[in-house]
Amino acid sequence: MTNNEKQAEPDPKLLEILICPQTKGPLVYDRERGEILSKKARLAYPIRDGIPIMLPEEARVLNDDEVDKI
Amino acid sequence: MNAPPVIFDHRLIRTRRERSGSAFAAHDFLHRRAMNDIIDRLETVTRTFPLAAFFGAASLTEMLTPSCGVGSLFSVDLATSRLDPANAPALVADQERSPFAPNSFDLIVSVLTLHHANDLVGALSQARAALKPDGLFIAALFGEDTLKDLRTAFYTAETEIVGGVSPRVAPFASVRDLGSALQRAGFALPVADIDRVQVRYQNPMRLIEDLRGMGETNALMDRSRSLTRTIFAQTMSHFEQQGGIAGFDIVYLTGWSPHEDQQKPLKPGAAKQSLQTAITQSRDADTKKP
Repeated sequence: MTNNEKQAEPDPKLLEILICPQTKGPLVYDRERGEILSKKARLAYPIRDGIPIMLPEEARVLNDDEVDKI
Repeated sequence: MNAPPVIFDHRLIRTRRERSGSAFAAHDFLHRRAMNDIIDRLETVTRTFPLAAFFGAASLTEMLTPSCGVGSLFSVDLATSRLDPANAPALVADQERSPFAPNSFDLIVSVLTLHHANDLVGALSQARAALKPDGLFIAALFGEDTLKDLRTAFYTAETEIVGGVSPRVAPFASVRDLGSALQRAGFALPVADIDRVQVRYQNPMRLIEDLRGMGETNALMDRSRSLTRTIFAQTMSHFEQQGGIAGFDIVYLTGWSPHEDQQKPLKPGAAKQSLQTAITQSRDADTKKP
């Protein structure tokens, strides 16, 4: 986000119960990039206007460095 | 096991819903009807649901009444335009690839979304898994004879013009099949019932506008032959001649995630008296009546 508006964050209760739709594995919320990361699927699910997009085809593929950091 | 055939193009459905966006509110009469029915059912259940997931257009959740007993809820749809994060936490997800951890919800509601499932039992099983024990699942989806007359009109027109037919109206499952899918997905106390809605259109184009506004135009994988203007015009004219009635069968599915305190049938052989005795007793009771 380039403007001063705070990027709407997803509901913490929602983040608690989310799992990766592809691997059913755990997820990690990356507040800085506004993404939800699945280590097992090597995917970053985007969050747009506070709405997590939990579709593998919409997710960004993570590189080795990013996967290691999770 | 072989994967079930892919009949519906979910990417396209998503685009259609995304596009219908703001127009949805003007064409949501079937959705509101289904939601009203679901609200009636929730009101009769003397139970509160602290955490619920709601699949479908988020605008419908505003209809919920306090006596439904729904605490917090999450809205889920395939399209962002159907969601409103200012109203309730929202996310985009596909019911066939559920992103919810097991034992998360007390209630899952799905309003007119599941008729697009390629693997319905799979989608239902995932819903059951996301429910806490004794959690409630209620879904409304199009079934059986939905848009039967429109399908016939398409077939007639296409046969006349090109001498063959191609799929234009989606296949819908029968209430019996939907009920058994609920059972196969592991729901306890499964119930399936149907509400047949007939809508008369003076101008058949209004039906097409409604379908577009609902985001329900053809999303079949097999859209091999494109729909020409001539075929379309002929279809509309046939539809009008047939009486211009669009039938929508809304099937309601209700089931509970299994819990040991729920009523269950007795085990075979567990009866305390024989069936013969029961029959004789009831016959005797009948003959004694004046």
